[in-house]
Amino acid sequence: MDKEQNLQNSLKNNPDERGHFGKFGGCYVAETLMPLILQLEEEYEKAKNDENFLRQLSALNASYAGRPSPLYHAERLSQELNGAKIYFKREELNHTGSHKVNNCLGQILLAKRMGKNRIIAETGAGQHGVATATVCARFGLESVIYMGATDVKRQAPNVFRMKLLGAKVVPVTSGAGTLKDAMNEALRDWVTNVENTYYLIGTAAGPHPYPAMVRDFQSVIGKELREQILDIEGKLPNAIVACIGGGSNAIGIFHEFLDDKQIALFGAEAAGYGLEVKNGHAASMSGGRPGVLHGNRTYLLQNDDGQILEGHSISAGLDYPGVGPEHSFLKDSGRVNYVPITDEEALEAFQICTKLEGIIPALESAHGLAQVLKLAPKMDKEEIIVLNLSGRGDKDVETVAKYFGVEF
Amino acid sequence: MNNRIKASFDKCANENRAALVTYIMAGDPDINTSQEIVNKLAEAGADIIELGMAFSDPMADGPIIEAAGHRALKNGLTLEKTLNMVENFRQHNNETPIILMGYYNPIYIYGVEKFLQKAKRVGVDGLLIVDLPSEEDEELCVPALEKNISFIRLVTPTTDNIRLKTILKNSSGFIYYVSMTGITGANINDYEKVSKNVTEIKQQTDLPVVVGFGIKTAQDAQKIAQYSDGVVVGTVLVRAIENSLKEGKATKETINAPLNIVRSLSEGLFRKEQKNKT
Repeated sequence: MDKEQNLQNSLKNNPDERGHFGKFGGCYVAETLMPLILQLEEEYEKAKNDENFLRQLSALNASYAGRPSPLYHAERLSQELNGAKIYFKREELNHTGSHKVNNCLGQILLAKRMGKNRIIAETGAGQHGVATATVCARFGLESVIYMGATDVKRQAPNVFRMKLLGAKVVPVTSGAGTLKDAMNEALRDWVTNVENTYYLIGTAAGPHPYPAMVRDFQSVIGKELREQILDIEGKLPNAIVACIGGGSNAIGIFHEFLDDKQIALFGAEAAGYGLEVKNGHAASMSGGRPGVLHGNRTYLLQNDDGQILEGHSISAGLDYPGVGPEHSFLKDSGRVNYVPITDEEALEAFQICTKLEGIIPALESAHGLAQVLKLAPKMDKEEIIVLNLSGRGDKDVETVAKYFGVEF
Repeated sequence: MNNRIKASFDKCANENRAALVTYIMAGDPDINTSQEIVNKLAEAGADIIELGMAFSDPMADGPIIEAAGHRALKNGLTLEKTLNMVENFRQHNNETPIILMGYYNPIYIYGVEKFLQKAKRVGVDGLLIVDLPSEEDEELCVPALEKNISFIRLVTPTTDNIRLKTILKNSSGFIYYVSMTGITGANINDYEKVSKNVTEIKQQTDLPVVVGFGIKTAQDAQKIAQYSDGVVVGTVLVRAIENSLKEGKATKETINAPLNIVRSLSEGLFRKEQKNKT
């Protein structure tokens, strides 16, 4: 009886059968896409209960992506902050340099199952584009990556990587030429080529079943963390921190621990120039309100007329006016604390991590790290805080140099 | 069914022709010019007017209609002002049906109940909301039907028979068949398939079936008019408006640019053969 009640109260049961996380989520797409989305949902339900599929995915995770990713004690950073013991879950060591590959491997196996031979994806920082191009190369599938023209410029090395991997990179010039515009264009491609094309969405957003599916593929992060931390420390952490753009790395590490209520969960949103600067940030939960975009209801940056704003972040991967619907739900339910981190704070964390730990974090992950810098000093030495170090920062070196006025 | 919509299709059927459904973006390039175009559309030959509600992120539209929406927004259009345009139109015209077409978020933010009340009051006859499939009927479709505002749905080449039944369930006014998998403004490649699919849909419903997406010339329209109850033209009119602009602003040609096209299209919608209604 108690167990049954616990199950009912669990935060891990979402979404419902129609893709709702409380009032968020759902399936708001053009009719042309509905038959395919229903088919995808059906196919995913089958796949996730198919031992063969799961075994194949697990084997690829191990031998191709390099999982499990290590859990690393950031000793010098812990000493410097003189508070909690800090661990990094090192997703940046995965093949392609971020957590994105976890989701791409899962979805590419699904696309194969569905007989789709053309893969499209949107990308902001280029991490998801690179991961998609990579798995497409691995499985011999055609890939077309939509990327905002602004991002193509600020992430040039990733663009070249994608091309090397055989992908066609399409720069999108509408709007501000960032992630939102790339997603619009990918949806247009999908509506046009729905027969043979699989849309490999990179974050835990979009129409049902994507938010749940991407979360499931990313949940490997949290599951590994539980085992690793128990193994090393013999207890669970006191706090877990991750950055939030669409929020796939965050939901991937949070989901496993949603019912461990004693663990504080923190999502670091991109506050750009500051929440008070109009259209100067990309913190959709701290500075936006619920609306409907890209297939789901979620917190969005928008004006009073329901028009979507562009947002700003120094990090191309966080520069999106929305967030995955499960995060909106977790915000309203109070389970996760979503906090704004400015460009400046992220840049400072970026440098501290590089100097003290010899790890160059992605600017996205540096937002999470900035929150760790705020929390750790206030915690006891026996307490443990884990950062999801979701990506490596090689791709950001140019952006950071430019910020400090260094020209190559 | 909504009276204006029904009366319009009945009239066309009596004249043995397809209805001409015209789409323009409300407030493009500015509210006054757009208002004047809308006010003159019926006289030029439009049987039903679809008025686009501008949205920053129109995922199902091509670049021409996207640009029109952005022009309108830049020049101060809001959802409130779009509804005011309908109110103004109704002062001169009480017959021609007005369908508002767009995306859900601006309506959601305006408030569904407030939106439907005002829409009803100003004389909106139907809504076509691209990103509200039947799965989300409770959001807007059901409340709209309760106010006798039609909810028009898209049927597409990817719609199978089972899905068609789901779509038809809460459909009203008419059915909008999308001639292709794609965005507005692309080309129709397979007219035979369009004809076959429209015929199949008509076997499943008594609602009129109109065809849209990809109809650019009088010849295109005439082909489609032979077997459908209506022909939708949008991108071609919006492009005419765009081409008439100078530095993004209306010129003296702007108002007549789309109207001339409507005039020429409206002549090509008569059916060559008497339709066998049994």
